[in-house]
Amino acid sequence: MVRNLLPLFEPKGIVIAGVSSHPGKFGFVVLHNILSCGYEGNVFAVGRESGELLNQPVLSSIKDVPEGSADLLIVCTPVEANEELIRSAAQLGIKAVFMVTGGYSEAGEKGKEAENRIVSLSNELGLVVAGPNGQGIVSTPANLCAQIVAPYPPKGRISVASQSGNFVSAFQNYANQYGVGISRAVSAGNAADTSIADYLEWFADDEETDVALCYVEGVKNGREFFERIKNVTKKMPVIMVKGGSTSGGQRAAASHTGSLASDGRVFEGMARQAGITHARTIESAFEAAATFATQPFPSGGDTLVLTTAGGWGVITADAITNHRDLNLISLPEDLMNSINEMLPPRWSRNNPVDLAGGETRDTIPDLLEIAASHPSIDAIIQLGLGIQGNTASLTRSGPFYPDHGLERIVDFHERQEKRYADATIEASQRHGTPVLVASELATADPMNPMVATIRESGKLCYASADRAVESLGHLVRYSHWLSIQQ
Amino acid sequence: MPTLSESRSRLLVSEAGIPVSNWEIANSAEEAVLASKNLTSPVVVKLCGDTIAHKTERGLVRLNLDTEDAVKEAANELLSSATPEDGDVELLISEQIRGNRELIIGLIRDEQFGPCVMLGVGGILAEALADVAFRLAPLNKAEANDLIDDIAMQSLLESFRGEPPVNRETLADILCSISRLGEDNNLLSIDLNPLIISDGEPIAVDALVEIAEDK
Repeated sequence: MVRNLLPLFEPKGIVIAGVSSHPGKFGFVVLHNILSCGYEGNVFAVGRESGELLNQPVLSSIKDVPEGSADLLIVCTPVEANEELIRSAAQLGIKAVFMVTGGYSEAGEKGKEAENRIVSLSNELGLVVAGPNGQGIVSTPANLCAQIVAPYPPKGRISVASQSGNFVSAFQNYANQYGVGISRAVSAGNAADTSIADYLEWFADDEETDVALCYVEGVKNGREFFERIKNVTKKMPVIMVKGGSTSGGQRAAASHTGSLASDGRVFEGMARQAGITHARTIESAFEAAATFATQPFPSGGDTLVLTTAGGWGVITADAITNHRDLNLISLPEDLMNSINEMLPPRWSRNNPVDLAGGETRDTIPDLLEIAASHPSIDAIIQLGLGIQGNTASLTRSGPFYPDHGLERIVDFHERQEKRYADATIEASQRHGTPVLVASELATADPMNPMVATIRESGKLCYASADRAVESLGHLVRYSHWLSIQQ
Repeated sequence: MPTLSESRSRLLVSEAGIPVSNWEIANSAEEAVLASKNLTSPVVVKLCGDTIAHKTERGLVRLNLDTEDAVKEAANELLSSATPEDGDVELLISEQIRGNRELIIGLIRDEQFGPCVMLGVGGILAEALADVAFRLAPLNKAEANDLIDDIAMQSLLESFRGEPPVNRETLADILCSISRLGEDNNLLSIDLNPLIISDGEPIAVDALVEIAEDK
């Protein structure tokens, strides 16, 4: 049964226990972040030093919080205080607890016992407990930034559950960098009562989530994890990064099969079987999630490369050819004929479609339209955009601008870049074909009008063609997996 | 952990519906010659026993035996190369399967995920190549097909040096069959290494079953 995590992610009121007037302490930072990011529910600060903190009264006991006015408790108090705290919290109507406090199972046997007591207590009281030893919760639909770290990400459709708090921050930093936003995010900490599978199951039914992104280290009951995630992936894509060796406990086996069952191969197979998108790195995991959240699902892997830059086209064709889930489609004859009418004869006459400088001002939008609408083409990678904007940037900052007709040409270049970017977005939306735009300018010059336009649309401009190919591969694989489920 | 002899291992997987090359057991060179008459020539003779796990490494496999004399000579040599540590030994005579391609299929119990099936490129290079993939048992047909697709060297499964493509239907059935053996908790691991692809059909020519305790 899916656990009710709504009070964690959409609390109507929050109690923070263990606030501190020292701006370096967790108890200060979490209060500061909640008050700074626009959360509109009730906020109650409970601490030893009563008075005022960040214009907020500090209560000396949780018992001073009016009954029924809060449903989430954030715990920054020491281990010894927490069982009594949680009992009192349950009495005033708290439904969910996030425990920042460390010193539990990660700290040894005594901590482990204290953690077990927290779990039994919360089960007895009917509470959901997240953590302990976690960095917090973010929920952009609730303008909630209840974390002891930064940043606060833009709103979006990706939800994060991670066994490492630092990776929650990393994903949120990428969200800020690329403009593809986050919905819910939770640092699972020791995951004593609420596991990654619990979060994923809830995300799958959450109207504010389209894609889950998670980092896992240990999986306590692998078989149960597999069965549960297999049901989640039928409703929602799950991108997963796995840390640590998975079969470290593999007994020394007499069999060849046993000796080959190392290096994470069993986990890899389990992931494929469960429809999990298994990413190799944190960065590629974020990009895969951003792709799932912002591109339509393709019906196959037949991919067309459109480019104004020959070298990028060649490299990308190689990457697609070497990718097992993608196919560099031979150019359909009718498409070939259409392009012949649009371009002088020096174009590549092949996939990649290299315009070879033969384009005029409308060629790229027109080409995107006929390619995205073609029934044989499942996906498009667009390369070589941003070049005019790049030129405009140098011209604009040079000593001759705006004279010598430079203002006019800079305006033209910048307008064209915006048109190109809009054309990729419109063609994709109109025909349900993924169009992935890749350029190093995504990171080298985020102000480039092509990059900025893609970003404003909420989509990801990929920092290299290879990364676009990798993300597209994940998208194609999952779409295929989904299509073969009964 | 104890292993079953090749003959008992072959019987177990064969009863599960997995194609295995025809074989006979003999305890002397004379019996080996008689047994070989029931099999299509040429034959292979191996020295087997519950404690002999890796025969090839010890030179306990003789191939291409197509006369009575050759069978007899090989049988005598193998019997005399048994050491006291090998315990009870026997000769296993089987039909020699011809084919250029070898696969490995296995079953293990993973500590986290329980019984898992493996498929890979087999033979003596299996571990060096490590072109293998795993799935959690039991497998349905779609999952077995996806496992086959997971092998990197797909060209090996297509038409190859004048031989037809590997029969994926049979291969998927074998994977499903071995995956169902994972339900028997007494079975710790199974190696079918190799399965030789003969005229497109995968046939196991060796089997090694590891069990929790001797029954």
